[in-house]
Amino acid sequence: MQHLMSPMDMTVDELEDLMRLAESIESDPAKYAHACDGRILATCFYEPSTRTRLSFESAMLRLGGQVLGFADADSSSAAKGESVSDTIRIVSSYADICAMRHPKEGAPLVASSRSLIPVINAGDGGHEHPTQTLTDLYTIHSLKGGIGHLTIGLCGDLKFGRTVHSLINALVRYPDITFVLISPEELKIPSYLREDVLMANHIPFTEVEKLEDAMPDLDILYMTRVQKERFFNEEDYLRMKGFYILDKEKLTLAKEDMLILHPLPRVNEISVEVDDDPRAVYFKQAKKGVFIRQALILRLLEIA
Amino acid sequence: MLNISGINEGYVLDHIRAGMSLQIYHDLKLDTLEDCMVAMITNAKSNKMGRKDIIKVECPIDAIDLDILGYLDHNITVNIIKDDRIVEKRALALPKQIKNVIRCKNPRCITSIEQELDQIFILTDEEREIYRCKYCEERYRGHHRRHASKR
Repeated sequence: MQHLMSPMDMTVDELEDLMRLAESIESDPAKYAHACDGRILATCFYEPSTRTRLSFESAMLRLGGQVLGFADADSSSAAKGESVSDTIRIVSSYADICAMRHPKEGAPLVASSRSLIPVINAGDGGHEHPTQTLTDLYTIHSLKGGIGHLTIGLCGDLKFGRTVHSLINALVRYPDITFVLISPEELKIPSYLREDVLMANHIPFTEVEKLEDAMPDLDILYMTRVQKERFFNEEDYLRMKGFYILDKEKLTLAKEDMLILHPLPRVNEISVEVDDDPRAVYFKQAKKGVFIRQALILRLLEIA
Repeated sequence: MLNISGINEGYVLDHIRAGMSLQIYHDLKLDTLEDCMVAMITNAKSNKMGRKDIIKVECPIDAIDLDILGYLDHNITVNIIKDDRIVEKRALALPKQIKNVIRCKNPRCITSIEQELDQIFILTDEEREIYRCKYCEERYRGHHRRHASKR
């Protein structure tokens, strides 16, 4: 039985396989509409995350399966003090596969060690969010015709943003990737990522402060939200959140075929006026997130 | 020089950094061993180290898990004694995994709320003596360079 805790759990070949399956689902959804008939997905969300939870639920429903679960810790037995290990043992009796979101890092790993069904980490604190990374990779793969030979700009909160960390870890395994890291001094990537991942793997990267300076070189611009909950005080948050806003004017500097990705939800880091630009693919990205989750569910249930 | 009689079976842990013996006594859980005699010599003169600690333990040689010593300080010399003689000098290495020796300090780690979980750290970079929490991957340096650092 396989679980998914980190995007690094999968080899590049396994990822390619998964993305091929997602492509097949995307091109012919009807073929998979009953692939999970009679199967149940449990969404155990110990903290609210409407988007990820709905994406998982949509994925299972589109495969013909059913879903049950809880959407925050207060409406679960965790409120009564039940451990993650006990909860997953019970959920193992009720469902065939589980997607778990938890504010504490490593909680899904604890669950997977006790579970009788595959567990998918749907986000654990600031640690991992592998299905977001799969979504990002699949979006790049399907809209650029493959992953590799790309200059990728990562913009915004690179210090606390786990999606950025996971994406960097996943992308360094592909050929000829160059990173441009665009952030204020206060929100630069952690040193372990710079030293242990980028420098250790001889990945070319530059760190810049202004989005405009990086824009002309980019094939992909990955925007991130400055998350309020990562800050200890409101003042710091308010000071930084407006630093890197993508608007139509900045976009004039970009390549015609650059793609703008964003894990969503956005606050104000991408102006609404950008939404109609063909390079803005973040809503497509959210849609592709459902296909890659469908593929993942099928793989982990060993159906396809 | 203070004299402590020899031991028939057990260990002599030599070249412990001065002042560390009490911590090693606790980390090896020597206080929980029954019918074991322990002598701790602290601040002994050492040509090699200036000052050092020594621990002598009279106990069956399979009674102690020495892996932890590699984490605490792999420069410690372990002499294994049987029938009043040193039968082996064991070299220490960093253990691949340490369990319930240090605690994860990351307040967002699942171990911070589920106390019954084992505190497990995996050696991820031998050269730089870096361990990571099995659950949250928070980074920790080996004990003798220990300064918990952010990921």
